[in-house]
Amino acid sequence: MASFTPTIPAPHPTTSRGKHGDLPPVVGGGDGGRPDPGSPDYGARLRRARLGLAVALTPIMMLFVAFTSAYIVRQGLPTFDPNTNTVVHDWIPVQLPTLLFLVNTCVLLLSSVTIECARRQLARQVALEPVHSIPGVSLGAERKFPWLALTLVLGLCFLAGQWLAWRDLAARGFYVATGPSSSFVYLLTGGHAVHLLGGILALLAAGVSVLLNRPLASRRIVVDVTAWYWHFMALLWIYILALLEFAH
Amino acid sequence: MVAQESHQHSAPQGFIRKWVFSLDHKVIGLQYYFLALTAVFVGMFLSLLMRIHLIWPTAVLPLLGEIKPETYLSLVTMHGTIMVFFVLTTAPQGGFGNYFLPIQIGAPDMAFPVLNMLSFWTTFVAYVVMLAAFFVVGGAPLHGWTGYAPLSALQSAGPGQGLGADLWITSIALFCIASLMGALNFITTTLDMRAKGMSMMRMPLTCWSWFITAILGLLAFGVLLSAGILLLMDRNIGTSFFLPLGTINGQLTGHRGGSPLLWQHLFWFFGHPEVYIAILPGMGVTSQVLSTFSRKPIFGYKAMVYAMLSIGLLGFMVWGHHMFMSGMSPYTAFAFSIMTMAIGVPSAIKTFNWLGTLHKARIRFQSPMLFAIGFVSLFVSGGLSGPFLAQPALDIPLHDTAFVPGHFHLIMGVAAIFGIFAATYYWFPKVFGRMMNEKLARIHFFLTLIGTYSVFMPMHYLGLAGQPRRYSQLTELAYLHPLMGLNTFMTYAAIVTVAAQLIFLFNLFWSMFKGPKASDNPWEATTLEWTTATPPPHDNFGGRTPVVNNGPYEYSVPGATRDYVMQSDPATVAAH
Repeated sequence: MASFTPTIPAPHPTTSRGKHGDLPPVVGGGDGGRPDPGSPDYGARLRRARLGLAVALTPIMMLFVAFTSAYIVRQGLPTFDPNTNTVVHDWIPVQLPTLLFLVNTCVLLLSSVTIECARRQLARQVALEPVHSIPGVSLGAERKFPWLALTLVLGLCFLAGQWLAWRDLAARGFYVATGPSSSFVYLLTGGHAVHLLGGILALLAAGVSVLLNRPLASRRIVVDVTAWYWHFMALLWIYILALLEFAH
Repeated sequence: MVAQESHQHSAPQGFIRKWVFSLDHKVIGLQYYFLALTAVFVGMFLSLLMRIHLIWPTAVLPLLGEIKPETYLSLVTMHGTIMVFFVLTTAPQGGFGNYFLPIQIGAPDMAFPVLNMLSFWTTFVAYVVMLAAFFVVGGAPLHGWTGYAPLSALQSAGPGQGLGADLWITSIALFCIASLMGALNFITTTLDMRAKGMSMMRMPLTCWSWFITAILGLLAFGVLLSAGILLLMDRNIGTSFFLPLGTINGQLTGHRGGSPLLWQHLFWFFGHPEVYIAILPGMGVTSQVLSTFSRKPIFGYKAMVYAMLSIGLLGFMVWGHHMFMSGMSPYTAFAFSIMTMAIGVPSAIKTFNWLGTLHKARIRFQSPMLFAIGFVSLFVSGGLSGPFLAQPALDIPLHDTAFVPGHFHLIMGVAAIFGIFAATYYWFPKVFGRMMNEKLARIHFFLTLIGTYSVFMPMHYLGLAGQPRRYSQLTELAYLHPLMGLNTFMTYAAIVTVAAQLIFLFNLFWSMFKGPKASDNPWEATTLEWTTATPPPHDNFGGRTPVVNNGPYEYSVPGATRDYVMQSDPATVAAH
């Protein structure tokens, strides 16, 4: 290996945190993973959680990409009709409960706005927390609107609305196994609902952490990640709606 | 990059928190490893039954009785499924990846320890559900590890296609979810938790292979999950995604209009990357071991990284080569064929770089090295039949013959297993603090190498001679009579090979308790796991935070005091 140069004596390895020794002890080890919000650990944890979420959204996207490709393939397939001995297209478009879907879309978009408010409110609280702890300093009464609770209610409203949409489909004779198009309507909307339910569970977890008096920073991380997830779910829903409406 | 992280959790005290529901990536890695170890013996036992049945089809086996044709097919299914998912996907990535990725990049643990634990226990449940398929009415499914519809999509299609197939699909779906959680952890850990100085291009090639494998898993398992959901709906809710109009026992199935080919597309979009999920970690370990025991830097580190990346990328564009028989347009087949043969280029780069690493090296022929060289040998001999099968004109006559099992067993099965063996012999001293018996390891190596070649090389010949695969009985086909002698030889070779694995098993457990004590760095290797205590403490580095100053494979550095420079040593090499 010609690129090697002779040994250069180097100083002791130092780390960004260690000032005296070369091997500083790990800070905060064994504290159960709950450092105080002001610790530098908090920013790293938030960033890691966001990175984890971005990675986690990839397979969810792949899941719906696979459903979409199945949808498009199935839509174009002819099928053999034994009664007439001919090849026919059996893709009968489902009459979607469009109005109900639009109302649901508005509810979901609104919930996306409220969870963003919750996210920002918590971020502000975390940022101001060190100031609160200074004796004698008052910031006045912070307005604390229950954005999270509102998001939770809106999310449940959306799911209830989806339930009504499925009831509506069934009432008009479109069941899961009625035809290929109705199968996909249930599959895509149901798959989305299951994923949104995951977001609702995360919000509930954040709510429970208030009751358990867990550190603000931990809750903030949960809410932050859930908010991004929630926005993704809103986008996914719009995509699904567009697919069902325009490619049926 | 963040260099210091507080360890996410303190060392647990109780048995259950320490060994069962552990958050420690090292314990989770061992759990994965031992799960795979039980799985590999189950899978191997099933293959032995198949080999015995092929040459003595009417033999009445003790406890099992006579193997009926449907039993044979369920053996094929379960052998393939257990080996691919619970051995080749689980041990190299879940086992060694979990244990050594954080240590090699200088992190105290995985990014999300709870997710890591969930990932293992979901895999465990998937494994139990899979094994349960043996014990339900009708037995295990018949549809092979690829689960082709319509056989897999109809409850009444065969004896194992009822509850057995439902359990099979459920297990696969659970395994997908577990693998996705694992992949999420691997990617986040690699990107976010590397120690100070550990740039991406200073990572050991093992870490690169686990990272790329995780990306493949992240993209592939979601698609398999979607296919599994559709299949479950077809089976249980009456939809027709994969089922065309058809009759079974003279009656209409009630399904119409679906496409069995859609299943094949979705399955192989996952299935082909899965092949690389199984083999890439083996490539990483081989690179690591070859470099260490050649006492030379790996030849062409960057080329190795880019070759793995391009194998991963191309792996997503070739799934059609599994479907040349499906009546696909010759133009489509041509495109898939070209892309498939293009994978030969990065594969050849890797092979030549391995050979370049060995060239003029002062090789230490210790057991990990033997298995790594065995990996290269199997990779070449298994890989060379790839370009045959990549061409539609050759694949169509060879497709349903023994040629294909010969090909994929050598490259995906045995080569990946050799990667696991190399990793086991290489890292055993670090994990258990003791050395494995070298003499037994050598016997194990030579018996396994010769044994597996004796089982799988003749399959190519049998395939060319027209011996079909998946047939329960070959003795009734007159044109195969001249081949039965060779088949008998293969069965005896299989018995010897399986017996040789008992030597490994004995060596593993005996050395765990009775082996000579290992030093912290018995192989004089350079990567970070060899800088810490043996076995590594709970937070991997005993409260220290490693700092990386060197590349991963600095062996025989001119001017250095020893013939190797560890990654955490003071910088000695100015230019990389």
